[in-house]
Amino acid sequence: MIEREYDIVIIGSGAGGGTVAAELAPMCKQGVRILVLEQGPRVPPDEMTGREVEMAGALYADDGGFLTAEGTMSLAFARAYGGSTLVYTGTSLVAPERVIRHWAVRGLAHDDVVRRSAKYLAQNNVHPLPQEEINENNRLFVTGCEIAGYHAEQFPVNVRGCKGSSLCNLGCPNGAKMGTNAVQLPAAERGGVEVVTRAEVRTIEERAVTVRVREKAAGAKGAPSEWPAGEYRVRASIIVCSGGSMGTPVLLLRSGFARHLPALGAGFTCHPAHILVAEHPRPITNDVGHPKSYYLDRAVEEGFVLESCMYYPFTTAKNLTGFGAPHSALMRAFPRLQMILVLACDHAVPENRITVDAAGEPVVHYSFTPAVVESLVRATRASARIFFAAGALRVHAPSADPPLIEAADAARADDLIDARHFMTGRISISAAHLMGGAVMGGSPADSVADSFGRVHGVPWLRVADASLFPDSLEINPYVTIMALADRVAEAIRADAPALLGRRITEAA
Amino acid sequence: MSGFVLPSVRAQFRAIATAVVPEAASLDDAAWAEAEGLIERTLAGRPPALRRQLTMLIRAIDLLPLLRYGRRFTELDAARRTRVLLAFQDSPLLLLRRGLWGIRTLAMLGYYARPAAYAAMGYRADTRGWEARR
Repeated sequence: MIEREYDIVIIGSGAGGGTVAAELAPMCKQGVRILVLEQGPRVPPDEMTGREVEMAGALYADDGGFLTAEGTMSLAFARAYGGSTLVYTGTSLVAPERVIRHWAVRGLAHDDVVRRSAKYLAQNNVHPLPQEEINENNRLFVTGCEIAGYHAEQFPVNVRGCKGSSLCNLGCPNGAKMGTNAVQLPAAERGGVEVVTRAEVRTIEERAVTVRVREKAAGAKGAPSEWPAGEYRVRASIIVCSGGSMGTPVLLLRSGFARHLPALGAGFTCHPAHILVAEHPRPITNDVGHPKSYYLDRAVEEGFVLESCMYYPFTTAKNLTGFGAPHSALMRAFPRLQMILVLACDHAVPENRITVDAAGEPVVHYSFTPAVVESLVRATRASARIFFAAGALRVHAPSADPPLIEAADAARADDLIDARHFMTGRISISAAHLMGGAVMGGSPADSVADSFGRVHGVPWLRVADASLFPDSLEINPYVTIMALADRVAEAIRADAPALLGRRITEAA
Repeated sequence: MSGFVLPSVRAQFRAIATAVVPEAASLDDAAWAEAEGLIERTLAGRPPALRRQLTMLIRAIDLLPLLRYGRRFTELDAARRTRVLLAFQDSPLLLLRRGLWGIRTLAMLGYYARPAAYAAMGYRADTRGWEARR
């Protein structure tokens, strides 16, 4: 075991870890040694080929298809320098006031989240794309919403020099997305923070972590690790867990923290999602241009959010219900397909939680509550109305049997799409907004950390990622993760003199 | 080619894959090798127990039609193959539905993740984005 020593170790480099690293970087000038450990590789834009299986294998855990214990939903989360900010679409929304109020976390006020979010919206160049860069797939969503009586809103996105490759979820080949890989981590490294990739933290001990650094495999994408391959023990006065909702709870469970933190693993939510497609009579621009420019927020009224979207051939094929000739016919119509992503606003329930198996590997238990099923069905009905209003010939609806609804039957779509056809294992459900598992709250009885990410009873251990969310956010989460991570960094700066055992000047 | 799952059930898997994606019937040996290589690379990172279950399921799909049709899946015509897979897909047992979902997903991965399939279906995404369309 190779021994190393730092003052602060940050585990994970996504929206949480990248933010904490950048916020603490000025402390390096005062001699504070800060290390970021990232399990995945550092992959530069010129290695992003847009090839689906190749990039999913390089950037995601389990190729983007981690299955829940029930085998009825696949979870997508990245393992790379920048975490999931490398593979999101850059849609940038601020947490709604109603959600923060519903969370009811002592010490967390909505205006504080808004203020901190604004800092990252500016830092990440968030803005709406100009209309001339919006493709037909997105414009048809707006048109369909208008005719169907809905009001679509434009997503602000965090891009700089977007060329419209449409390949956001496979890593931007043009380096245009302003994720932590492009903004916060490079700034932190310039400030003196060390980042070590291909470094998997296996356990957290008393003020130390054990780490396995892996060789770059032959033919693998990305740079080799900054450290030689091997087993390490890294001592640190402050340890920050930022591995996301799959990383942080699993690491803490594997390290035995559940003994005094019974809420560890609880509160898991994920916005379960369907990809819906509809066929138009003519080709539309769908595989060029930013893929996700508009959304329809029906969270309050109907428990769902719709987003315009565009996915790749295999992802699309996998998400359509069925097989054989009808499935193939729809796939051959790819240049004429419009797509909508439907997201259910799920809520934390006791049975949905993260655990570990005997080997310490993650196991996610997720059952679809009747409320979630109804949300997905309502969202599918709304999407069918929008597709047909936009001129679609036929709509693929997973909660219909058969799933293909012709325009002639559009008036009956609400009857054809029904919860009785929502058969898990038959229809594809996926999720990429993984939240909870190390939730914030008032006491160890109901939570893992306080609203500044301080783990209850363990002053040197902090959490800074989406696992803090005590319930679903009902919007795309990265901006809120950054806002919370900003709070965590502020608390670390305040507590550093005591925890590091030396003075840190105000300038830091 | 070598692999974790397909070498022992190659004929059975190809019969299932052709029922899942009818266009797969026209793949030549090189295209099948490419498709199966994509599948095996994906399976390489999965637990051995999962790979064993997949092999067993593929064998089960091949043998179960003996009870109803007196023939293996590989010996059935296209319509009967579809009926067998539909019975799995619509089964009241989650285990069978999940199993079929997994096999169909692998078949779709092998077929639709190939660049040749991108071209055949008119998928034209390009790293240069709008520039490539002008």
